[in-house]
Amino acid sequence: MTGRHLPADDVISSAPTRRGRPWRRRRAGAVPVALLLPAVVGLAFLVLPLVGLLVRAPWSGMGSVLGDGTVWPALRLSLITATAATAVSLLLGVPMAWLLARTEFPGRSLLRTLVTVPLVMPPVVGGVALLLVFGRNGLVGRWLDSAFGITLPFTTAGVVVAEAFVAMPFLVLSVEGALRGADSRYEEAAATLGASRFTAFRRVTLPLVAPGIAAGSVLAWARALGEFGATITFAGNFPGTTQTMPLAVYLALQDDPATAIALSLVLLVVSVLVLVGLRGRWTGGPA
Amino acid sequence: MANTRLRTATLGATAAAALLALTACSSSGNTTASSSATASTPAAGSASASASPAITGKVIVFAAASLKNTFTQFGKEFEAAHPGTTVTFNFGGSDTLAASIVSGAPADVFASASTATMATVTKAGDNAAAPVNFAKNSLEIAVVPGNPKGITTLQQLSSSSVKVALCAKTVPCGAAAVKALAAAKVTVTPVTYEQDVTSALTKVELKEVDAALVYRTDVQGSKGKVVGVDFPAAQQAVTSYPIAPLTHATNSAAAAAFTAFVLSAPAEQELAAAGFQAP
Repeated sequence: MTGRHLPADDVISSAPTRRGRPWRRRRAGAVPVALLLPAVVGLAFLVLPLVGLLVRAPWSGMGSVLGDGTVWPALRLSLITATAATAVSLLLGVPMAWLLARTEFPGRSLLRTLVTVPLVMPPVVGGVALLLVFGRNGLVGRWLDSAFGITLPFTTAGVVVAEAFVAMPFLVLSVEGALRGADSRYEEAAATLGASRFTAFRRVTLPLVAPGIAAGSVLAWARALGEFGATITFAGNFPGTTQTMPLAVYLALQDDPATAIALSLVLLVVSVLVLVGLRGRWTGGPA
Repeated sequence: MANTRLRTATLGATAAAALLALTACSSSGNTTASSSATASTPAAGSASASASPAITGKVIVFAAASLKNTFTQFGKEFEAAHPGTTVTFNFGGSDTLAASIVSGAPADVFASASTATMATVTKAGDNAAAPVNFAKNSLEIAVVPGNPKGITTLQQLSSSSVKVALCAKTVPCGAAAVKALAAAKVTVTPVTYEQDVTSALTKVELKEVDAALVYRTDVQGSKGKVVGVDFPAAQQAVTSYPIAPLTHATNSAAAAAFTAFVLSAPAEQELAAAGFQAP
């Protein structure tokens, strides 16, 4: 995206130091109002709900909420499961994206549409669908249970499954986009130099689309962290094993909105910290 | 702890009330204004409702999820009795509904599955008339037909070989379950605390759990997908269902009429047929 992974020809002209400021050039000229105005309105639209949370937060009662004993197990579980779901998405999603972007086979566009199904499906429906497949009496779950004694619903692994289900499409779509944007001639060059297709993927393609993979992972992680519907439907809600932060927030909202707001803030602060930390490190974009 | 909770809850309620005061265009003191506006008690309301034929327009009813089957039927009957009216329902967890009413959701009537959740609405000054109980409900153990685990008592649910779903303590069916289990001196560790009674029921229907504590009416409403097992302690945790028209009703005449309809004798019979007990 920033182009610094490419041995591109404009490196010579743009940057005396590698991390120089080629972007300053792009800032020349005034920002058009036609772009600035909607951008500012959009920003306000996205940020105002956060302001609402901050204004309504029960600051004086914050200590008792944080010391309540439900926050930390839920937060820990949320971070662990979201990270695990992102790992699963990476493991399965990157190869899937490569398949979609770099190979030709009949029904490929249908396959791409199918990948986006979890995006359009209401998460609760996704949860029911997961139950029908991986539940104790599900198509696959029945077999898992009888052959290995594994049941996914009501377990932490079940949370990961539910989160990966809704988060993976985000990763697949971003990585596929990055792959399409990347110049396939580098891979062809690698092939002419004797690299197998897998070696070319590993040594050339992966580094080339690393920013896309990082961006996709961040999206998937964020989506997994906020996942509610599929999780509560498929994995249930039990403190410590399946009660993630969004579930704790929802249930607190039932009888104590102030606590729910406090819990939401904790989740927000942690996720923003993690995302800001990752942005600087991985994607190389300005944090 | 309990103290802080109460304090924060009141804080939330006051803030929400302030928000309502902003959104509602009514001028001063919504509580006093409303009580004078609807001077009729529900009993008087039923008389005036049948007397005045001018009931028309849309009625938005927020009702507890457990009322879904009966109230959908009530809606049809009400529309037939008062041509020109349309009844729109929002079924959900009573607490969620109460929270949205307090935060200004457009609703004309609220039928709750607990007096506690109705109290939140009353406290916020959103009830146009005093809530009246119209039904009672109690818990049953829901199992799949055939009862493969042979569950006949509440005690059996504490066995580790029985997977149980309970409602979360913050929703009425969960509060009732806590009460019933305490009365029976049984400790149950469920595999999940479900967000509402319907989700708990679904987990039984899909055979993900072996049993769940749900309302009798939910068992009856499942049309044979689950069967109920009665237990004595259920009588220690009976839930009352109050109904009340709301202050912010855009159609207060129809709201009063619908409330009166639910409290009428024919409605009570239908409620009984659905498994509810008389209030």
